[in-house]
Amino acid sequence: MSESKGLIKSHLVKKYWMAFTGLFLCLFLVGHLAGNLQLFIPGYSGQLQFNEYAVFMTTNPLIKIMSYVTYFSILFHAVDGLVISIANKKARPEKYAYSKPGNNSIWSSRNMGILGTVILVYIVIHMQNFWYKFKFGTPPHMTAEDGVSPLLQDGTAVKGGIVENGEVMLNGENMGAVMGDLYTIVLESFQNPIIVAFYVLGMIAIGFHLVHGFQSGFQSLGLRNKKYTPIVSKLGYAFAVIVPLLFALIPIYMFIAA
Amino acid sequence: MILDSKIPEGPLKDKWTNHKNNINLVNPANKRNIDIIVVGTGLAGGSASATLAELGYNVKSFCYQDSPRRAHSIAAQGGINAAKNYQGDGDSTYRLFYDTIKGGDYRSREANVYRLAEVSASIIDQCVAQGVPFARDYGGLLDNRSFGGVLVSRTFYAKGQTGQQLLLGAYSAMNRQIAKGKIKMYNRHEMLDVVIVDGKARGIIARNLVTGEIERHSAHAVVLASGGYGNVFFLSTNAMGSNVTAAWKAHKKGAVFANPCYTQIHPTCIPVHGTQQSKLTLMSESLRNDGRIWVPKNLEDAKAVREGKLKAVDIKEEDRDYYLERRYPSFGNLVPRDVASRAAKERCDAGYGVVANDTNEGVFLDFASAIMRYGKEEAHIKGIENPSNEEIRKLGEKVIENKYGNLFEMYMQITDENPYKTPMKIYPAVHYTMGGIWVDYNLMTTVPGLYATGEANFSDHGANRLGASALMQGLADGYFVLPYTIGDYLANDIRTGAIPTNTPEFDAAEKKVVDEINKLVNNKGTKSVDYFHKKLGLIMWNKVGMSRTTEGLKEAIQEISELREQFWKEVRVPGSADDKNSELEKAGRVADFLELGELFARDALEREESCGGHFREEYKTEEGEALRRDDEFAYVSAWEYTGKPSEAILHKENLNFENVELKTRSYK
Amino acid sequence: MSQAKGLNLTLKIWRQQNAKSKGKIETYQIENISPDSSFLEMLDILNTELIDKGEIPVEFDHDCREGICGSCSLYINGEPHGPGKRITTCQLHMRSFKDGDTIYIEPWRAAAFPIVKDLIVDRSAFDRIQHAGGYISVNTSGNTVDANATPIDKHDADEAFNSATCIGCGACVAACKNASASLFVSAKISQYALLPQGQVEAKDRVLNMVKQAEKEGFGPCSNTGACEVECPKGISLENIARMNREFLAASIS
Repeated sequence: MSESKGLIKSHLVKKYWMAFTGLFLCLFLVGHLAGNLQLFIPGYSGQLQFNEYAVFMTTNPLIKIMSYVTYFSILFHAVDGLVISIANKKARPEKYAYSKPGNNSIWSSRNMGILGTVILVYIVIHMQNFWYKFKFGTPPHMTAEDGVSPLLQDGTAVKGGIVENGEVMLNGENMGAVMGDLYTIVLESFQNPIIVAFYVLGMIAIGFHLVHGFQSGFQSLGLRNKKYTPIVSKLGYAFAVIVPLLFALIPIYMFIAA
Repeated sequence: MILDSKIPEGPLKDKWTNHKNNINLVNPANKRNIDIIVVGTGLAGGSASATLAELGYNVKSFCYQDSPRRAHSIAAQGGINAAKNYQGDGDSTYRLFYDTIKGGDYRSREANVYRLAEVSASIIDQCVAQGVPFARDYGGLLDNRSFGGVLVSRTFYAKGQTGQQLLLGAYSAMNRQIAKGKIKMYNRHEMLDVVIVDGKARGIIARNLVTGEIERHSAHAVVLASGGYGNVFFLSTNAMGSNVTAAWKAHKKGAVFANPCYTQIHPTCIPVHGTQQSKLTLMSESLRNDGRIWVPKNLEDAKAVREGKLKAVDIKEEDRDYYLERRYPSFGNLVPRDVASRAAKERCDAGYGVVANDTNEGVFLDFASAIMRYGKEEAHIKGIENPSNEEIRKLGEKVIENKYGNLFEMYMQITDENPYKTPMKIYPAVHYTMGGIWVDYNLMTTVPGLYATGEANFSDHGANRLGASALMQGLADGYFVLPYTIGDYLANDIRTGAIPTNTPEFDAAEKKVVDEINKLVNNKGTKSVDYFHKKLGLIMWNKVGMSRTTEGLKEAIQEISELREQFWKEVRVPGSADDKNSELEKAGRVADFLELGELFARDALEREESCGGHFREEYKTEEGEALRRDDEFAYVSAWEYTGKPSEAILHKENLNFENVELKTRSYK
Repeated sequence: MSQAKGLNLTLKIWRQQNAKSKGKIETYQIENISPDSSFLEMLDILNTELIDKGEIPVEFDHDCREGICGSCSLYINGEPHGPGKRITTCQLHMRSFKDGDTIYIEPWRAAAFPIVKDLIVDRSAFDRIQHAGGYISVNTSGNTVDANATPIDKHDADEAFNSATCIGCGACVAACKNASASLFVSAKISQYALLPQGQVEAKDRVLNMVKQAEKEGFGPCSNTGACEVECPKGISLENIARMNREFLAASIS
């Protein structure tokens, strides 16, 4: 047997990256969900906590790095997936006239490309909806309300200052940005039933994507073992149901609660 | 023609070693200039191709299947014998030799069989080194089981798929050489003639089965490892494509054909279900360890069972005839294959058959007593007091499932009946042919440079083969015998140079092949190839099958010869000769079977004795057992082709037994 | 051996003259098929009828007809080897069908398995993958070490056997939506990876065999698990995971 260099060019290597980025994105989902669950906290304190969280997420340097890794993972996962899908199609140029794939595999395992595309569209719209508006638009700010003072980044109150264009001016001195009100953006968005439905559908797509993807990632990396694989498999199902469900409950809750 | 078996001088146990020490060798540089053709890629052909290529020869391998891995050796279930004595139960080379000679009913060559036993241990070493996953015990060492009526455990196995694992081992060894370019593999190619130049085998004519192209291939020697000819019976446990063509064409070019009538009919196969059937399925012999064979005692019961009016389980114990236990009290259901098969035929011929096929052929193989026996044991082990019959049965079924689960499942799949609840139905079927091309001690046929190995040759098994010995012989020939002996011949060819294919000999051989193909394709008859093959099969089964009579054999010879004439007049081969055409392939094979069948019957007629797989009604003891006639028939019948099967000339190679005493086999 | 009445069936069979020509589905009617017949015997009967009518019979691969040689290869009613699990086409019996059924019979579909004729495909790609490393480099000689010199854990030996039972039929490729040969390739890699004899060449073996499979045009593995379900020998996905592991280890070391 001769020397061979299989790395980089092999389908298998693409699958490793797919699995690696996919499993990383699962971790991201957990983090993201943990943050979003704060939206369930009612009233002003909820709004306050969520916005503080939003500020933290957009300014903390470590989070910043992680967010770039996440963007990269999403893009890489999508491009890699596209390349693999093209190879998939190429391997069977002529289709069967009659096929019953449902007898040997689950639907989502065969439609990861479609599900992935739906999710990608969802992510773009989602980013545009919140991230873009928040970052590049003119987002609302949390201001004094019923005796509560405007707030600084760290949430402490500023006394006697005025707010101009999102900056707190105290005694003629700029004290920095006031906290943008992502909470309100979210709340307002989720008053639109179409947007709520869109988010719920997005989560369903993610759920199906995860039903296959979670355990598939382990398989691709060769992490399989008679003892642990059944656990991974159950965990994967639980993850695929619970995480998107909790995500999806947020817009529904906000729609109903308001 | 004088048949020289070339058995080396000296004591039996030193013959092979001495022979190896004295034969000519070819030096490694010269091997690169020598080409060898191997036809067939089963255990014998695959192992020979790989080993010859390892030695440095240029090998061209041919198989009709789409891959060498599909040769029918793959279907062997039980195991492979080897005199390793790992179990410490007194096995030895001599014992394996003796058992094989005796099992073959004293109709094989002592020297060949001893060599087979001698190299058997190396086969296991070699296969393990190749990564063949034999069964092991908990200590990590190789496991053995006992098989086919011998007194030691010497059978190595890989569940019920030993043939598959051994073949894949040989295939892997071939792959290594194919990758190196030392073997050139010709898949989907069928050898249609051997080319003889100056009296030596120098090549073959082969048809590319995909394009229909007729190709010339030359070599310094040709090895036939093309298997047996059981498909002359149409229904057999052989693969659908298994055929005699390569061997038969060689026969017609001068290779004498030995003992064609020695056929092994395996007792435990699933019975024929009807006229649409294409193939018979073997159920491992191991089932007879626990199954009891019986038929109803009363003819009316048998009839009622066939008509579906009576169930086997409803027949009372006293109304059952456990005929093997009755006739052979000491061996009972474990008598050798040939004896068990004939006994089943005897009962069915007498009208006691239980299967509603066209011929009522079938007997019960009943596990009920074994289930209850094991069930009671299990209940005892588990400490269950006063278990109910139902509990016992459940426990027993579990034991049987552990032992034979996959076989029971296979049976259910084919018959749609549950053998845990109702007895299996079985009947003998053609399984293996001991006869084949005559070879000398070096495995060379009567054509110089033409060799035959494995089931294709006649050596080693005499008139009856023991279980788990076919795999042993195929691999012994290919790995450890032929690669040595062929060098002795090829040593004279080191200056010959490449054999050209543009010679009159190749022209003539190719023309003959093309003419025959054209004749078949252009015949425009009215009957399909299968029509003739089925007819031939029926004649063979009824008159040249498990028991043979003078009258029947004479009729068979006549009928086969008439059928052959009809075939050439009326066969219809659709399609053309220049693409994939399975009907054309079959037609060529059946044409050869129609000739072989006649020689087969002639051989059976000439052999006026009963031995092993050959049973003549006229030659039996008062109890109906086989009567061997050593004084007159202790020889190999070797037939020389002279133009027609009916005109073949019989040559006799006398068998000398210097190391064993000829005895009558008794299983009573 | 039931006495059930014969089946009347409509067959939709892919007919294609050769690799280059265009094929299409042809419809045939067949009557009075015994439920005890095997699926291939049913095709034999169809072919005999076609021959008797002067038509060209349907070509299909088959040989041992007992589920071990791996020759038979039909995609029957949307599944490789038809309905029923753990069986090859030759082990499929007509009792699995009902009177009046329509049965689609197609060849394996994969870029790496070009059609030879009708239902026959060229699976030599599988052979070439084996040439790339499906062996242990040991010459034949009478003096390799004794077979019992190296004890092998029974569980490993049994696992190796399970991987080695692959019959190379190609149902995994046929079932896979990507026509991936991962199950086939990984079964061979696993057999040797599990045995001490296979360790010496393990790294090159996995790299070369995987590379060859991709060169042949088999698709990537999507872990749908269809191959495992359709494999007549029940080869486990465990093998694919092992291959992935071995390949990863071999490529980074």
